[in-house]
Amino acid sequence: MIPVSDTVMQALLIAVLVLPLLGSAAALLPAPPGLKGRDPGQAVLRHGVTVTGVVLAASVVLALGFDTGRPGTIQAESDAEWIPSLGIHLHLGVDGVSLPLLVLTALLTFLCALYSYGTDAGTNSGDTAAPASSDDGPADQDAPAARRAGSPQAFVALILLLEAGTLATFASLDLVLFFLAFETVLIPMYFLIARWGGKDPRDPREPARAAWKFILYTLLGSVVMLLGLLLIGFKAGTFDMVALATDNHSALSRTTQIVAVLAIGAGLAVKTPMWPLHSWLPDAHTAAPTVGSVLLAGVLLKMGTYGFVRILLPVAPEGMQVFAPYLGALAVTGIVYGSLACLALARRGANGDLKRLIAYSSVGHMGFVLLGIATMTPTGVNGALFANIAHGLITGLLFFLVGALKERAGSTDLDTLSGETGGALYGTAPRFGGLLAFGAVASLGLPGLAGFWGEMLALLGAYDPAPGLSRPAFITFMAVGGLGTLLTAAYMLAVVRRVCMGDPLEERGASGHFERRELRDPEQGTSAEPSAPGEHPEPATVRLPDVRGYEYAAWTPLVVLTVAAGLWPALLLGLSDPAVQDLLPGVTR
Amino acid sequence: MTVLAQGAAEAVRATHAADPAGSVQSAESVVQTAGPVMQSADSVVQSVDWLAISPPTIAAVAGLAVLVADLFLPERGKRMLGPAAAVSLVLAALPLLFLRTRDLETFCLPGGSQACSYSADTLALVLQFLVLGAAFVTVLLSMPAVHGRGGPTHAEGPGGLPAGEYWFLLLSATAGAALIPASRDLVTLVIALETASLPAFALVGLRRGSRGSAEAALKFFLSSVTATAVTLLGASFLYAVTGTLYFQGISEGLTRADPQLEALGSAGVALTLVGFAFKASVVPFHFWVPDTYVGAPVPVAAFLSVVGKTAGISGLILLVVQAFSSRAELWGPALAVLAAFTMTAGNVAALRQRADQAHGAVRLLAWSSVGQAGYLLVPLAAAAPDAGGAEPSGPALSTVGATVAYLLMYAAVNLGAFAVVAHISRTSSANRLRDYRGLFAAHPLAALALAFFLLCLAGLPPGVVGLFAKVAVFSTAVGNGLGWLAVIMAVNVVIALFYYLRWTALVFRAGAPAAAGAEPQPGGGGARRPRMAAPLAAGIALTATVGIALSLYPDLVLTFTAGGLR
Repeated sequence: MIPVSDTVMQALLIAVLVLPLLGSAAALLPAPPGLKGRDPGQAVLRHGVTVTGVVLAASVVLALGFDTGRPGTIQAESDAEWIPSLGIHLHLGVDGVSLPLLVLTALLTFLCALYSYGTDAGTNSGDTAAPASSDDGPADQDAPAARRAGSPQAFVALILLLEAGTLATFASLDLVLFFLAFETVLIPMYFLIARWGGKDPRDPREPARAAWKFILYTLLGSVVMLLGLLLIGFKAGTFDMVALATDNHSALSRTTQIVAVLAIGAGLAVKTPMWPLHSWLPDAHTAAPTVGSVLLAGVLLKMGTYGFVRILLPVAPEGMQVFAPYLGALAVTGIVYGSLACLALARRGANGDLKRLIAYSSVGHMGFVLLGIATMTPTGVNGALFANIAHGLITGLLFFLVGALKERAGSTDLDTLSGETGGALYGTAPRFGGLLAFGAVASLGLPGLAGFWGEMLALLGAYDPAPGLSRPAFITFMAVGGLGTLLTAAYMLAVVRRVCMGDPLEERGASGHFERRELRDPEQGTSAEPSAPGEHPEPATVRLPDVRGYEYAAWTPLVVLTVAAGLWPALLLGLSDPAVQDLLPGVTR
Repeated sequence: MTVLAQGAAEAVRATHAADPAGSVQSAESVVQTAGPVMQSADSVVQSVDWLAISPPTIAAVAGLAVLVADLFLPERGKRMLGPAAAVSLVLAALPLLFLRTRDLETFCLPGGSQACSYSADTLALVLQFLVLGAAFVTVLLSMPAVHGRGGPTHAEGPGGLPAGEYWFLLLSATAGAALIPASRDLVTLVIALETASLPAFALVGLRRGSRGSAEAALKFFLSSVTATAVTLLGASFLYAVTGTLYFQGISEGLTRADPQLEALGSAGVALTLVGFAFKASVVPFHFWVPDTYVGAPVPVAAFLSVVGKTAGISGLILLVVQAFSSRAELWGPALAVLAAFTMTAGNVAALRQRADQAHGAVRLLAWSSVGQAGYLLVPLAAAAPDAGGAEPSGPALSTVGATVAYLLMYAAVNLGAFAVVAHISRTSSANRLRDYRGLFAAHPLAALALAFFLLCLAGLPPGVVGLFAKVAVFSTAVGNGLGWLAVIMAVNVVIALFYYLRWTALVFRAGAPAAAGAEPQPGGGGARRPRMAAPLAAGIALTATVGIALSLYPDLVLTFTAGGLR
């Protein structure tokens, strides 16, 4: 920690929230004379990198200035009256629970901006006339993701708006403000999926449909959640989360708490997503562009679980206690369901889509998070928060990798990728294959990597749930969850085997050969690659380009943090534990 | 005009016959008519506070002036009538500034009875401001339609709209609507309602040579006249039971009434509300709405959807909070049920509008305005537990303040949405939802504004004010034991989200797809779109500014939910 005065901290937090908003508006304006770049698109993508970079820097400084000695208290707090007639305040602040998520959001958004900029630069530096990118869809598909819908300005503006909404969700300490921020992300995400979604030539309407599904599910949940938030606010007489968490549990009757948990929980569970409310997620992920998937999985899903920890646990503990066993049961159902769905997708001949598979794996991982929350113990909740961050890092990385794979190979269909013996990424693009294997292994929860601690702590919490919860039930959940980790390992390894391993010199049959040729085509545009197929008329090996510079830049931080969090979990747990102790009822007070 | 005058005169005559005790005034006719009185002769003379009645009076006088000026002005000079109407509305709104702190009453009964026919309290001033402001925006919206005879007027039918009559009718209707919230007795209220309605019939049917327009006007006229007749019947029942026409007296009279007249009083309460429910397009009195909106010129539809609705809702507010406050057990549940039906019917019907339907945009806004009327009724229904007693109570006023706040929000964003629709209707006469594709490419700012307006109506960020207006409405329902209504409203909000978002998404969709190239419809191509008419742009800018200002500081309207109304 470095000593930073309170005023500076306040200013930093406000800057972190306001900068993306301003940047979003600025992205729609024409570029100033000095910063025009090669073309308006490049200029605005660079603008996106700059803004998200500044936001990241500010949030890092905020994290450094954060007093780790007292992570349980709200810091960088500012509180201003906004709507006196409804008692709504602009109350902002961070504590040990929200700070890691704040930094994670800033980091992932920055990496996404960097990745978009890199993709754009990488594709445009080549022969721009040639079809240069992932899809063989209609004519408007010839450009990199950010340009596909014709307006990088809108793309950057939406990404920044999304960032603003997400950051505000994690920083707001007023129920209504939380809801506002929670909703703000919907519109940008909708457009990201609907307009920049990867179009499947078989079904060009798919992104629009997936986007609809996404927004309808979440909005339905949100409206119910709003009712619950209002119920709490009106019954307790305040919308202030801190006030609600520290005192007047008695102000909310048991019935109120039960109704509130049901309503708010439903809204948050859709977002998380909890089985059986998850069915929007695979479609949205499959259709979303890479950047959209990364942000959706890495950040947006966390808003749901964060809401559980921040609002429901401290404000309505009695209501939570009633629903905790059900939540736990649904959570482990989600774990097993997600794993089984992934296993089904990973089978040979199942036409499983890799993006879809990772989306289903998210359902499983978020199941662990929910299980941790359902235990209502410090161990479980700490595990949940840890798993939150870990999932953001690892799944973010995986979606990046799959997006890049799609761009290289033209498809994320597992059967197409793996051919007869396997995708042979180790042979053709060893670093890329290695990264994919790393992501998969981290995702299955290998000890020493970030994925392990969260799941372990969640299961540990389930072994000894909070007093008042049925221990046998939770031990059953733990056992089922443990089974889920096994299944996770099974499908992740299956993916690694099918995509990374295989014979690079495989002599393919006529159809297979044809397929690989077709796959290679999109890479013609990137003639900067010395190994591009045009220069090797009869390649024995299909050369997929290995990791490029900007990809290193975008992915290295995630890898480093995954390892760091795995080896030194105290980094995160030290922050979240005291805060969780404060948020959980009846533990210390 | 003659119809209007007749209507007013008839109403005055009717009340002469029926009102031996009180005195009757019509601020509209400006003529002071004192009924036969039982007190001394000098008490007949009432003092008139001209400042208090100036907002509706200025609008009415300006309307007459415009009509007369139209006769003498050359064709070129008639172009000035529109701006003149706009200026006169600003002038009419100016006195509100001075009235703000005064709480004036006028046309009071002589003697100490404190019964006044016209009150410029906060409620009245806010609603008058809303009416005048909405009328101002309507004038902006109308200018291209009225003056645009040289332009691409095929959308407006041959001949366009006659300028003098149009502005006169608009200003007269505005004057009537501005009078409603200030009236404090049944006769003034009914006359004001008629003054607001009669010109509206003519406005709907004003488009020459358009069968749809005439049909819409006829439908509107017949159903409206029936509703008003029912209201008059209800008013006469109330008079029979209570012996007075002043709201205060009715409220007291209903509590002290002969038990034998109980049923008559209840019938009077119910029937009186009908005419205003009709104006506010409350189910089951809403059937005129879609056809009338579609048949009317777009600016008139905008006017009806905002000013007409304000007229109806403000009448309902006055009746339930002031006149019938002692019979809350009667109208409270009834309004709650009506609110539930209204929002459900409106939203479900709006949901069923398809993208390729002719006049889909206006039809969707028409049904959505029915749905919004349902939300507007919720605080009125919720005010029932607070309204007990003969005096209008503070809590009840705060509760209906949610309606006022919602109405203010709704007025700004609905007019804005109609402004964009008016622009589109200039190029594509069918005005289907599909014609909004590619709007973002052609007019980015208009598209963003439309999206903002629709999201406000839906109550989604960035339309923050829409969200908070809904929150205020919700809170009244939750706080007054109408949890079931809150749940129904939540379901409706979701339904509404669906169609507002679908439209919003269309706006950002790419223009006419290549497959539709064979289609002769000149709606999709960005290059073919004409420039936006300046008044329309001004209207959009004005409403968007109001919407954004309210979103940044929702307390501007929400203050009425917390004791801002007196």
